[in-house]
Amino acid sequence: MSEIVDILISASFWAAVIRIASPLILATMGELICERAGVLNLGIEGIMVIGAFTGWMAVYQGMPLWGGVAVAMGAGMLFGLLHATLTVPFGLSQHVVGLGVTLFATASASFAYRLMLPEVTSPPKIEPFQPLEIPVLGDLPWLGEALFSQTALTWAAFAVAGLVAFTLYRTPLGLAVRAVGENPAAVEAQGLSVTGLRMGAVIVGSGLMAVGGAFLTLSAFSSFFFEMVNGRGWICVALVVFGAWKPGKAVLGAILFAAFDALQIRLQQTDLGAVLPYQLFLALPFILSILALILMSRRAEVPAALMVPYNKGER
Amino acid sequence: MSAGQEAEVVLRLDRISKSFGALKANDAVSLTLRRGEVVALLGENGAGKTTLMNILFGHYVADEGEVQVFGQPLPPGNPRAALAAGVGMVHQHFTLAGNLTVLDNIRLGTEGLWSRSHSGARDKVERLSRDFGLAVHPDAKVGRLSVGERQRVEILKALYRDARILILDEPTAVLTPQESDALFATLRKATALGLSVIFISHKLHEVMAIADRCVVLRHGRVVGEVDTQTTDKGALAALMVGGELSLPRAEARVAGPVLMRLDGVSTPDRGAAPGLKAVTLDLRAGQITGLAGVSGNGQAALAEIVGGLALPASGRIVLKDTPVTRWSPGEALARGVARIPEDRHHQGSIADFDLTENAVLEGYRTRFSRRGWMNWRAARAFAEGIIKGYDVRCPGPDTRIRLLSGGNMQKLILGRAMAPGPEVILANQPVRGLDVGAIAYVQSQLIAARDRGAAVLLISEDLDEIMGLSDVIHVMSQGRLSPGFTRGTMTAAELGLWMAGQKFGDADAA
Repeated sequence: MSEIVDILISASFWAAVIRIASPLILATMGELICERAGVLNLGIEGIMVIGAFTGWMAVYQGMPLWGGVAVAMGAGMLFGLLHATLTVPFGLSQHVVGLGVTLFATASASFAYRLMLPEVTSPPKIEPFQPLEIPVLGDLPWLGEALFSQTALTWAAFAVAGLVAFTLYRTPLGLAVRAVGENPAAVEAQGLSVTGLRMGAVIVGSGLMAVGGAFLTLSAFSSFFFEMVNGRGWICVALVVFGAWKPGKAVLGAILFAAFDALQIRLQQTDLGAVLPYQLFLALPFILSILALILMSRRAEVPAALMVPYNKGER
Repeated sequence: MSAGQEAEVVLRLDRISKSFGALKANDAVSLTLRRGEVVALLGENGAGKTTLMNILFGHYVADEGEVQVFGQPLPPGNPRAALAAGVGMVHQHFTLAGNLTVLDNIRLGTEGLWSRSHSGARDKVERLSRDFGLAVHPDAKVGRLSVGERQRVEILKALYRDARILILDEPTAVLTPQESDALFATLRKATALGLSVIFISHKLHEVMAIADRCVVLRHGRVVGEVDTQTTDKGALAALMVGGELSLPRAEARVAGPVLMRLDGVSTPDRGAAPGLKAVTLDLRAGQITGLAGVSGNGQAALAEIVGGLALPASGRIVLKDTPVTRWSPGEALARGVARIPEDRHHQGSIADFDLTENAVLEGYRTRFSRRGWMNWRAARAFAEGIIKGYDVRCPGPDTRIRLLSGGNMQKLILGRAMAPGPEVILANQPVRGLDVGAIAYVQSQLIAARDRGAAVLLISEDLDEIMGLSDVIHVMSQGRLSPGFTRGTMTAAELGLWMAGQKFGDADAA
């Protein structure tokens, strides 16, 4: 037990928690926007792979780091456009389209990788984002290391969460997005375009998912591996439910999941790790997340029109 | 408005035509609306009223014809332009987002998407809500509001956008009589302030009460335009259905043996809805037993017992002198109980199933399958039989039932219930929301079933319907059942006292 306490009070643990949470926050915000507008985007897993790949490749080809982020976002938005076109004006099944987009995006990344780097055995490294030096706060004992030694992309992730929350609850645009996910007929009757709002939300949301993926290659690690997204997209879909479709709670959920993840890595290195098989530790964050999901999502208000395509003029 | 001095024309529909495939929904319909006037648009379901209003509001584009608002032609197919021109529409199915507050629903779409929220909205909503007598709290979540309150939000939405012309599509279909009265009061305030109203309805008494003029549609054409001062309900009904029509009235008959008896049946209360309190009720062959009462006084619990959906907590169900030991929906069907459920959309049908599938819902495991295989040929023939025998107007048995009008949907459900020749028929609100023609049809079928010896339990909130059809009338109040009153022994006023629960005290004391 004392080992767990030691882990929990170490500054490096909390720094890791925030680092692990950052891509989850970005992609969760993306998924949340889509679902608030009434579209379940299961393309998230593949779009994160695309973001991780394109961002890294752009930087490897000589673009600045922020240029890589922009490229990742653009690529994500393209796949978002594909998803939105199929699910919104054509009204196809959101599950099928989402899984299709994930397969397509993952395969595209793999294809492009082999095309562009036919010879390499291990993927080349880039120079990733470095932690920002924050004056005063960064020099605080413990807190400085735990909270204020993060890269610019982490700060961006939290800023995005704030921006999403502000937009959803404080602007007419956010009002329209929330309404279109609840009752598209209400939006139509007020003279707004259901198709425009939903497609816009899916495209912007997909862009954020891709930036979440790019965080992995441009900030967390310095290279691209095929398995690196590793189910994070699915976790984000669950985090949206966990957060009851509210940005603040979803961020808390991402931090909670990240804490479980950071904890299990460190537990593996303790005496416990010598006794128990490591797979058990890997499963820990998922098991705990499922439990938390069950507890938290009972009274959640699901957007009423989620997964319901809107056909103008149909009864 | 004094005679000879005509008020300004605010809306002119000029020879509007619209077809859906082979169906001509609107055929050269013209209509004018003047300032401060209420015009009723009257017609049976499927007469083209809603289509016409959807064209006006820009949900549909007309094939021919023009809409002019305040003398300006309205661009077709553009709800935003209609809103901007001062047309506000209250749809039959509300267009509100339940997760938003009243205020947010009203503001939605009134501000530029990229601008900051506007702070004067709340004051304006509160002022309108006061001026028009539309009491509703701006910060309440719409999902938690009652149907009447939601309608007020819809009207506020239109007023907030400075609508000068209000279109209300069957606004009273979902309201209690008290809420309807409040709505009419609001409409009178609105017209006094110079607004104009188009009131779509198929309820004649309402049209007579609120409208100045009445335009009657039948099969997509205007068949008459009358001043409500100079006409009566009978003349309007005749215009609507194209001929004289009177609702059936059942003549008294000698009742047969008791086919079903509830013997001291009680059920637990469910939240605000009272359960049954030791209810004893006999359903006799060749008799229509009417169950009157204000909605939510235990009728639902009683219907569930009769239909096999629930078991009594105490008391017995007796079928032809034999107490039942097992009771379930399947058992009820097997024992000859037929059901016309209260809500045909949710309990009576599956919207995306076709007519054949819906027709065999109560018999697919018994009558239409053998050794686990569906007999679709028989099912389809059965559906076709109902369509023909019960005049279900539809393109064919492969049509999804959601595309049918309420009346035709109900006819299919009626045909399904009657087909096995049931002994007991539970008809729960069988004509709610139907037009005059369909009402007459459904009621005459219930009378026919009685005449061939079935026991009919008719549950309705409409006293006229109960008194017109029933051989015996019971009243429910707070889960208690009144004694049975035979035909003609009670006035509506006396039944009203039972419905209010006052007479039960007397009976207990006696």
